[in-house]
Amino acid sequence: MIVAGCDVGSLTAKAVILSNKRILAYEVIKSGFRPEESAKEVMEKALEKANITMDQVDCCVGTGYGRERMTFVDKVVSEIACHAKGARWLIPSVRTVIDIGGQDCKAMHLDGNGNIIKFVTNDKCAAGTGRFLEVMAKALDIGLEELGLLSGRARNPLVLASTCTVWAQAEVIHHLNAKKPLEDIGAAINQAMAKRVSIMANAAGVERDVCITGGVAKNKGVVAALEKLLGMRTKRTRVDPQIIGALGAAAIAGESV
Amino acid sequence: MIVAGCDVGSLSSKVVIIRDSEIIAYHVIRSRNDPVESANEVMMEALKKAGIPLESIEFCIGTGYGRNSIPFADEVESEIACHGIGAQWLAPSVRTIIDIGGQDAKAMRLDDSGNVVRYVYNDKCAAGTGRFLEVMADALGVGLEDMGDVSFQSENPVTISNQCVVFAETEVISLVNNGKPIPDIVAGLHKAMAHRVASLAKAIDIEDDIAFTGGVAKNPGMFTALEQALGSSIKRLDIDPQIIGALGAGVIAARKCENKQVGLHGTI
Repeated sequence: MIVAGCDVGSLTAKAVILSNKRILAYEVIKSGFRPEESAKEVMEKALEKANITMDQVDCCVGTGYGRERMTFVDKVVSEIACHAKGARWLIPSVRTVIDIGGQDCKAMHLDGNGNIIKFVTNDKCAAGTGRFLEVMAKALDIGLEELGLLSGRARNPLVLASTCTVWAQAEVIHHLNAKKPLEDIGAAINQAMAKRVSIMANAAGVERDVCITGGVAKNKGVVAALEKLLGMRTKRTRVDPQIIGALGAAAIAGESV
Repeated sequence: MIVAGCDVGSLSSKVVIIRDSEIIAYHVIRSRNDPVESANEVMMEALKKAGIPLESIEFCIGTGYGRNSIPFADEVESEIACHGIGAQWLAPSVRTIIDIGGQDAKAMRLDDSGNVVRYVYNDKCAAGTGRFLEVMADALGVGLEDMGDVSFQSENPVTISNQCVVFAETEVISLVNNGKPIPDIVAGLHKAMAHRVASLAKAIDIEDDIAFTGGVAKNPGMFTALEQALGSSIKRLDIDPQIIGALGAGVIAARKCENKQVGLHGTI
């Protein structure tokens, strides 16, 4: 049995193909202006990697902000449900999923059966989303990946007083002008990000095991700071943390066949 | 009797000099990195305009975020209190003041004597502050001081769906890319900003007359948009809306000075 999941977010589109509970192929692309086209493109690429055609897919589930515009899916499911399912599919012991995307952040608290007890989302304010880190990386003129590594090198981490991305960016520029070491500024940025996310996670209720998904899970500094704030280690997924939503969609497709 | 008020804000610094209940000079500068420098510079310029030396200022009240760094201030007062007194002095019928500065927004309600009875304040989020318009003007390539006039050319203001400055900036860029006329975008931005500030102000039960102060009040497009968002008209103050805090500080200085003189006479 072959099933697929497609997750079109505001910044990236992902597709996962499962064959008998094994990941056959996956793909991540930057999403364009038209979600329906991004969905088609990422799915075609994943199918190509799996060396199969759409006809061989028994069921396909769509999710993400562009889900209503997908033409090839059999049904659509909310991002929340897909993320919870995807994380549990990989790590059955997971009770808390923290997903930090490019323009939003969600925290989901699950019961022992994977049902959602409570969830909190933010897509209104850039603070606590991937956009915060993007703005800061640009201000520091470094890549997102390097920003994540700065925390580990910081000797005297600074503290950002502002939550708002705009005000925090002004603080960062002020620190740059004051010739503060880049790694100390970077550590402050990752810490501020983690703090904001931890407030959301605590609002949803944090229970072991905790799994961090979404693109920001690749940022080592943020993950380390978040673990410290939550007072517990988090589980790493063995696959790209950006594809958990699409993976969950595929897993739901597998259940509905 | 000559007194002064000095308001050192995060973006601009202002001084108002008052002689016997009359404004004889005022000045506004862009704040320097060092608030001491800002205070000294803006005072020097105002004194030059008034044609008097610093020694002739009998009493000076400092206010604003840099108020504790003003070398020549005799006392300090909160911005909130200064705005209340300043607006009331200009227009005694004013009961509500909405002040939008470069990095904050406040709404204050006054009693009949100009005392602030309630206020709300936002400096945590850049949305609803002058920075929102600054970022958008920059993204649109329109001068900040031209935003008002540009907005009046709008026929169909767009709806801006994002509140966050960062997300709204992206929205504006995509509106430009989609060929929306600039005036419609600017008018939409004023509407969004006015809506945000109006919901802040409504928390303190707005009462007429309303005054609109701070640097953003210089934008006539915002003036109209705020009137629409509040559903009531705003009283025009015939003065630079940026100097109300400094003016209030000056008025408080004058009152303190009078009391002191009365006190002295009393002891003689």
